[in-house]
Amino acid sequence: MSVNVQGLSVAYRSHRGDVTAADNVSFSVADGEIMGLAGESGSGKSTIGNALVYLDQRMKATGGAVTVDGRELPIADNRAMQQLRMTTVSLVPQYAMSALTPTRKIGQLITDLLKSHHIDNRQRVIAEMKRRLELIGLREDVLSKYSFELSGGMRQRVTIIMSTLLNPSLLVADEVTSALDVSTQRAVGEMLLEFRDRGYVKSVIAITHDLSILAQVADSIAIMYAGRLAERAETGTLVESPLHPYTQALLASLPAVGMRHDQATLAGIPGRPPSLVNPPAGCRFRDRCPFAFAACSETPPLAEVRPGHLVACWKVSQEHAGEPGTGQQRPLASVPVKEQA
Amino acid sequence: MSESVSDAPQVPRPGAIPAVAPEVAAVGLPGGPGPVSAVPGRRRSDFAYYGLRNKKLVFGLSLELLLVLFAIIGPMIAKYPPREITGFPVQHPGTRFWLGTDMLGEDLFSQLANGLRESYLVGVLGAGSAALVGMTLGFIAGWRGGILDEALQLLTNIIVMIPSLVLLVVIGSYMSAKSVLFEGVFIGLTTWPWVARAVRAQTFSLRGREFVDLAKLSGKRPLSIIVSEIAPNMASYLFLVVILLFGSSMLLAASYDFLGLGPTNVVSLGWTMNQAQANAALIYHWWWWFIPPGAVLTAMVAALLVANVGLDEVFNPKLREQ
Amino acid sequence: MTTLKLDQVSKLYRATSRAGGLTPALRKVSFELRPGEVISLIGESGSGKTTIGRVLLRLVQPTSGTVTFDGKDIATYSARGLKDYYRQVQGVFQDPFSSYNPVYRADRVFDLVRRSYFGAAGDKEWSARVDQALDEVALNPGDVLGKYPHQLSGGQQQRLLIARALLLDVKVLVADEIISMLDASTRVDVLNLLVKLKRQGLAVLFITHDLSLGNYVSDQTILLRHGAIVEMGATEKVFGNPRHEYTKMLLSAVPELHRKWQHSPIGPVPAAAGAPLPGAAGGAPAATLTRASLVDEMAHAEQVVKRDLRAVLGTRRAAASGRSPVAVALEPPVLREFEPGHLVADPE
Repeated sequence: MSVNVQGLSVAYRSHRGDVTAADNVSFSVADGEIMGLAGESGSGKSTIGNALVYLDQRMKATGGAVTVDGRELPIADNRAMQQLRMTTVSLVPQYAMSALTPTRKIGQLITDLLKSHHIDNRQRVIAEMKRRLELIGLREDVLSKYSFELSGGMRQRVTIIMSTLLNPSLLVADEVTSALDVSTQRAVGEMLLEFRDRGYVKSVIAITHDLSILAQVADSIAIMYAGRLAERAETGTLVESPLHPYTQALLASLPAVGMRHDQATLAGIPGRPPSLVNPPAGCRFRDRCPFAFAACSETPPLAEVRPGHLVACWKVSQEHAGEPGTGQQRPLASVPVKEQA
Repeated sequence: MSESVSDAPQVPRPGAIPAVAPEVAAVGLPGGPGPVSAVPGRRRSDFAYYGLRNKKLVFGLSLELLLVLFAIIGPMIAKYPPREITGFPVQHPGTRFWLGTDMLGEDLFSQLANGLRESYLVGVLGAGSAALVGMTLGFIAGWRGGILDEALQLLTNIIVMIPSLVLLVVIGSYMSAKSVLFEGVFIGLTTWPWVARAVRAQTFSLRGREFVDLAKLSGKRPLSIIVSEIAPNMASYLFLVVILLFGSSMLLAASYDFLGLGPTNVVSLGWTMNQAQANAALIYHWWWWFIPPGAVLTAMVAALLVANVGLDEVFNPKLREQ
Repeated sequence: MTTLKLDQVSKLYRATSRAGGLTPALRKVSFELRPGEVISLIGESGSGKTTIGRVLLRLVQPTSGTVTFDGKDIATYSARGLKDYYRQVQGVFQDPFSSYNPVYRADRVFDLVRRSYFGAAGDKEWSARVDQALDEVALNPGDVLGKYPHQLSGGQQQRLLIARALLLDVKVLVADEIISMLDASTRVDVLNLLVKLKRQGLAVLFITHDLSLGNYVSDQTILLRHGAIVEMGATEKVFGNPRHEYTKMLLSAVPELHRKWQHSPIGPVPAAAGAPLPGAAGGAPAATLTRASLVDEMAHAEQVVKRDLRAVLGTRRAAASGRSPVAVALEPPVLREFEPGHLVADPE
């Protein structure tokens, strides 16, 4: 296993008390796997993803453990994490492309980054970086430009290059395609695939609300709702046969090209996610779920109802009881890497 | 040109980049804003909560209030009028004259109390007139932009360049008597530029906001928009500006008074210090003459500045020490 | 029949940086918006779609061309005429939260409308009107009235803004990216609401960069690129049979749930990390550049950056042809009728 997250909970300090933004989340990402971490606002996806690399001072990990390449990741210890950032784990934060310092040229920004991580043979790294720029179709003169001279897509790709320059084991990409045009989205998506294929990163966690991008880029998808993991499966399985009622409703609300309102009956999910300041007991989707019943007043565990397909839902667990590989609530969630012909 | 190409969807405005992940910002708010999140507004209770807990604000405000109280009550409890010879000259502070007497035998405590009151008065006049002129011009320039803006910028630069001290000397020499009102208004008319600049900049950035567009689409007139849409959003900023103006007005007035350019026949802190210096109090170590007014003046201004820093922290969550 | 018509509308901005000096944000755009019709205006960043919305709402004056509403040029309105215009034409913007003044309660947007247009209305009458508008957008008055904007969800905020427009009996709604900041599960509800309103006779200009949303909700589609229309027509025709290269490129780049992006044939991608790509010799980058999207995107990005230099090119071309640089800069590609109800521009 490249990355193993076990029972991770992250809370956010507010003057109203601690708010648990992500609750008891467990999953694994294999070497060479791109996992999509999807959800809507308030789901906790960004919290979890960011916690793996950088916990800012208002957040704290209240439980669980993370291991990368067999070693424990000291996410709560900022100092220890400093050594590991960029080399073992790396992050492309949301809005990264808008956050490039406008007063330094791109090349200088990269040198600054390397210096701050005490990388010694900078020449070799810079040569490698130039090769990678060429790979994704950016000319070398990008390095002598300022960030405002580049288009949004170019900036985003530059930030991804910077984050993966030292070949981290895990890249967490937070909404890297969100603010981009459709054509640029594709270029960035394919860049992630390319980098994974060439081994510049081992595993990728792509955080986004856009399931269709994940359908293109991710090997597996984890759906989060109101701070908890709702479903986890291979991309194809999740998109074609989702089991969790939330996932089903979500997928049924997405329009696609070719669909017109008079042909397709799409509907949204009525209601809203629960407030995380005072979350309800039991399944958090209960109030909006058309299938809720008595058992839902207790929190459903994440169960492997089919091989490689985990769902946190009582109804689904019941329906799939008796199928092979089911009923076992595995604390370590594992999804095998799709074999490519 | 004040227009700019505005076709940039989904790139968040600088002010909208949240300090924490979007759903954390949305946490506690039922189903907060969508994926590319906006910053949640601050609630009034938030402000009160942080306000009362901010040491600088509480300290500064309390000290200032104490001094204001003293300015109000002091002259009432003073035993003697400030400019009457009621005792022997140059007495040490004692039971009769709490702060001693000056060269002529006038009660220094009374001078302090009355002087404080006068200083506050000038402060209010100065800050008030500067705020009035500065804000009006700032709003107009920020809202209209274009030539009007350029003209006002030119005016601002001219006023800033004029040395106010020299101007005061020149004008003062033509006047037989100067009043407190004159001093206050003079200070106001020479310090408004930096208020105007600050207000203009804020107005400029706020006028492009979508809620201003919506107000236009609701048929609102520009003046109404400035007063009811833009100004309230600058309220905290304006507040800070006024506080600083207040402090600087008092300080400026004291300096003028100290140089003998203050209002005629008015007892003020600066005037007292002027008298002390002119009568060689420093040489003769008559500390009770020059230290109290200086100390009180320092306290007045410092308390305001400290409160200001605290207020800034309350308004701006990023400055808070967590 | 009230119609909103754009005729050869152009907008030129003076760029303050870089060479060129002139940015043509809109180049002689013409189209018509009819009652009961939804037109999707699709474009990427820098296409000018937001500018069109602002021109229609008279928040921006066009450099040339006219916008007529019911036959009258909207630039000639007096203050009263403008107020009357806003009674019939309203806008909703991308970021619902920014449309609210954070200092006040959310329903103040209703009060603004009341003060300007319904000053004579009594409290009961107004209250009934508000309830009716909220009902149209499926909002419960108890849930949204009296609250501050940050106490409402994005979907509620957006729907409240639509309700505000409905208070005025609008004929035309300019919806600028109103969906993009909403959660996926609420998006389609707002879309369905637009469809419902359209059936009641409202004309909607649905500005978006998202082709699937545009496809779902609109009758007519206009594709905008660099300020000029490249393809326009009935939605089924434009999406069903795209003719312009740009439209085809956009459609191929849209990520879909059930179909992968079509790759140019460079062979299957190996899962093993570090393995060389088939056809790539010793890490030569040339092979990967054949991924169609990257080349397209590069060309496109270069264009966007170069756009400001258009006037320089325009100057050169103008010197050759004898026309002014501005005229050359504003010249859009010619639109030709490919089939009835489907216009395609010449390649630029």
